[in-house]
Order: sequence, then structure tokens, then C-alpha cells
Amino acid sequence: MNTLSDPGRFESIRRSNLLTALRNNPASLAGGIVIALVTLVAIAGPVLVGDPNAGALSNRLQPPSMAHPLGTDPLGRDVLSRLVYGARITLAMAVSITLIRLIIGFVVGLLAGLFGGLVDEVLMRVVDFLLAFPGIVLALVIAGILGPSLRNVLLALVVVGWGSYARVVRSSVLSVREEPFVDAAKLAGVSRIRLVWTHFVPNVAGPVVVLSTLDLGGVVLAAAGLSFLGLGAQPPTPEWGTMVADGSDYLRSAPWLVNVPGVAIAVVVLGFNLLGDGLRDSLDTDPTRVNR
Amino acid sequence: MCWYLLKRVVSSAVVLGSVSLATYALVLITPGDPAETILRERLNSQPSDQEVSQFRAEHGLEEPFHVQYANWLGNAVSGDLGQSYFHGRAVRELIAAHLPATIELAVAAMIVALVISVPAGIVSAVYRQTSLDYISQAGALFGVSVPNFWFGYLLIILVALPLNAIPTSGAGSAAHLVLPAVTLGTGLAAVITRLLRASLLETLEEPYVRTARSKGLYERVVVYRHALRSALIPVVTVIGLQFAYVLNGAVIVEAVFNRPGLGTLLVDAVFARDYPVVQGVVLVTAVLFVVTNFLVDLSYRYLDPRIDLEASA
Repeated sequence: MNTLSDPGRFESIRRSNLLTALRNNPASLAGGIVIALVTLVAIAGPVLVGDPNAGALSNRLQPPSMAHPLGTDPLGRDVLSRLVYGARITLAMAVSITLIRLIIGFVVGLLAGLFGGLVDEVLMRVVDFLLAFPGIVLALVIAGILGPSLRNVLLALVVVGWGSYARVVRSSVLSVREEPFVDAAKLAGVSRIRLVWTHFVPNVAGPVVVLSTLDLGGVVLAAAGLSFLGLGAQPPTPEWGTMVADGSDYLRSAPWLVNVPGVAIAVVVLGFNLLGDGLRDSLDTDPTRVNR
Repeated sequence: MCWYLLKRVVSSAVVLGSVSLATYALVLITPGDPAETILRERLNSQPSDQEVSQFRAEHGLEEPFHVQYANWLGNAVSGDLGQSYFHGRAVRELIAAHLPATIELAVAAMIVALVISVPAGIVSAVYRQTSLDYISQAGALFGVSVPNFWFGYLLIILVALPLNAIPTSGAGSAAHLVLPAVTLGTGLAAVITRLLRASLLETLEEPYVRTARSKGLYERVVVYRHALRSALIPVVTVIGLQFAYVLNGAVIVEAVFNRPGLGTLLVDAVFARDYPVVQGVVLVTAVLFVVTNFLVDLSYRYLDPRIDLEASA
């Protein structure tokens, strides 16, 4: 079979890889289903449950019942409603933080890899620093000094977390640069911008997709952790980490207040991790093991 | 070796310098005048101009930024991290009072992690794709997915409250250390198990391991004497790098168990806008970090004499 006669071959392999990766790996399929369900719940939230902030003190700290399947909190609010609305915040934060990290890392990695020299040296020292330093500690300080809010948690987690993307993109760029098709394209007179778009970006995309899927779980944990410490969502926002913190005064009398949001966070993180592990194994790229 | 050491010292100094400059600069970009913000939060009303200027004079805030920073850095080098805005104590004293609880927690958590992860990682790799391996991998997956702040409360609910014998907050005795160390250690164990498994699997494919097997050595000797040693290299790196995880985790675990450690000190200082304490804790964290990384690099050479530090530096 003459592969050269079929120019669409490479493209089709790349696309089907993602799908077969999911199909052939039951674990990543399970992860995908979990995330899809949580997303569905988050989108359909207002249809499924009532107002997350409505409650009467007369109704406080009720154990799970038919009226309140997951019980009520110290202000008499329905825990299930708060959980469902919290899913929106968790997913929105995780996806936007990861996406912005990815974009910044992509641009920095591309610049470092393509230009080399001093640009590369300076950018990679910044990356080394970010990867070396305990992220939560740094994010805590940034978010804390800027003032507690979800926006500042997002900002802080973006600032501390784009380094690994930059490193992965840079090392992919360096290996693609050596490929004969790049020389061929240059000889054919392809412009620099077009060269980057058509040859570098698609080849770097695979590892970056895997990395961001693996990253999502950690982002959920970090964002919920910072909110748990009081730096993120402010009352009455139904955020899962904040819900755990608020419930911690009632461990004996109302353990569901920490267990419900705790399990929810664990399930979402597990879903992202299963998906990421599966993609990494099937696509056989491990961006976390790129040489330093 | 000498050249290598010199390079390391210089790069460590650059890292520490940029950390301190970054935290220092962060205060500047905060909206509003820090002296006014702090006083307003302290007095719960708008401070008078006189109060603000007095606060500034007391804490050397009327100098331009570069002078402030240079003074602070100069003092920091000689071990003086300034005065806390709130506690009326030297930052150095506060850190010295809070550091032991965190170090204890870090060491205890690391022991818990190694006791779980080393056997689990070895069993997983040697008996790969058996039910033992699947159990250990599933356990590790749960370990990295469960948020440690919830896991801590779960331990309190399931263990401490029914037994009524284990303290759930504070520090000072070995009993106080049990729950925080298990909370932090299990998460760490999950990461190390995964890494040790992958690394050992890779090493078991190496030609020299095949040679050892074909010499007719016992499988036990092959695994423990030949493969494990080089499989440990990435694990040692991770243990070193997991120090970051331990510090990240300590911030949260200390909050769960009201443990008066460095994490609690930092969180309280951040909320109180006690900038000298924030800057001090961040600097100490960075120093701890740089030192651990250095020790990790040195341990490579011991574990694998093939590694040339000069070349990798």
C-alpha cells in the first residue's frame, strides 16, 4: 500500500485516534461518561432543582429525606440544589483555568521553541521557577493579596500553572523543527506564519490535549482547596470547597454537609483523571515525562 | 564538582531573589494603599492621615519601592525578616514557632506515604496485570482524586469521633500527628505508587536485567538488587519534588486540623494582610525548596554513578 498516494491518511489517523482511544479504553470511557453526566447536570441544573439560596431557619440541619434528598444546611438551604449549582462553578472554573493556562503556555512554548537563544533562555527560567515552586502556596498568596473572590482564584491558578504547557509545547516544537517536512515547506517558500499554523500547531496539539485533560483534575482540586481556605467563592455562592468548609462545624450532627460536596469533588476529579490517563495510554504520549 | 556547586549556588540565589522580589512586588500591585487598607481593617473605620503616616513611618513604608526592597533583602540575608504588623513579634520568631509543626507533619506524612507506596509500587510492577496490580492502581487513582480537605474530615467522622481518643485539632503530641499525617500521606502515597510502578516496569525491560535473569539469578535478586535501585532514581526525584506537594498539602491539612504550622501562619497572615509575615513565610518556603532540590540532585549521583552532574548542570 502506497501511503504517499493518500494525503488524507495522516489527518484521518489523528482524528480517529482520539475516538478509538476512548472506545478501546474502558477506564477513559468511564471517565468520559462521568464528566458528560456532570456537565449535563450542570447545564440542566435550574430545571432539576430549586433555588440554591432559598431556605428557612426552621428547616435547618435536616437529615436526608424525600423533600431534601441530601439534607439541609445550617441556614435551612437544600444541599442538593447547592450541589447542582456548585457543579456549574466547578466545571466553569476548571475549564476556563485550564484553557487560559493552555493558551499562555502554547504561545510561550511556541515562542521559546521557534526563536531559541535569549528568548528561550529567559522564558524557560521563568517556567523552571513556576514548576519548582509549590503552586498552592504561591496561588494562595496571589489570591489572598488581591482579595478573596473566584476571579482572583482563577487569576492566581492561571499564573502559577501555565509552565508545564510551555515546556511540553517547546519540546514538541524543537522535535518538529528537525523534521524533513519543515525543510521541505521552507524550500517550497511557505511563509513563516503559515508554516507555524500548518506544521507546528497540529503536531504539538496531541500532547497538549493529553496534558490539559490530566491537568483538569488537579485544577478542580486546587480551586476547591483555595475556596475551602476562604479565598474563593464568598457566601452565599454554592461552591463545593466552601460547602465543605461551612459544613466542618457540624461533623457530628450533620456529616452529610462535608460528605456530599466532598464526594462530588472526588467524583469529578476521578472522572478527569480516568479520561486523562486513558488518553495518555492510548495516544502513547506522556507529556508529563518530557525531558527537562 | 566545584563548578557544578558554584552553578547551583548562583541559580539558587537567582530563584530566591526572584521569589522575594515577586512577593514584594505583589503588595505594590494591590489595589489601594497597603497602610490604609491594613489600618482600615484593623480599626474598622477610615484611619486618619496621621495614623496612616505613623504606620508608614513605623514600618518603613514611606521609602521608594527599591529602597524598601533592598533594606528588606539586606536584613533577610542576615536573618532579620522584619516585624509582624499584628503580632508585635519578629517574623523570624513567628516562623521559628510554627515551623516545627509543619516539619513534623511533612516527615510523618512522607513516612506514611513510603510505607504504603513502596510495597504497593513493587507488587504492582512485579505482578503486573494481575488483580493485585489492579487493586493497587485503583487505590492510587482514588488517592490522587480525593480532595485532602474532605478526606481529613472523613477520617474525623469515621475514626476520631467513634473512638473518641484521637485529638482532631491542635498539635504537640504524637496523637495529634496521626490524622494529619495519614490525610497528607495517603495522597502522597498514591503519586509515588504510580511513579514507582511505571519506573520499575521500564527498568525490568532493560538489557542488564535480562542479562541478570539469563545468568539464572533468582527473580527476587533481579528485582531487588538489579532493577529496584535504578527504578528508585525517578522516585527519589519525585519524593524531593513532592516536597512541594507536602507544603501545598500542609496548608490545607493544617487548616482542617487547626494545626499551628507554617501553612496556618501563612493563611492567617494573608487574610490579615500581614505582609512581612507573608513575605517571610514565602522566602522560607523557597529556601526549604531550593535546599531539597539540591539534596535530590546529589542523591542521584549516589544512586546511579552513571549520572554526570557536571553535564546535566
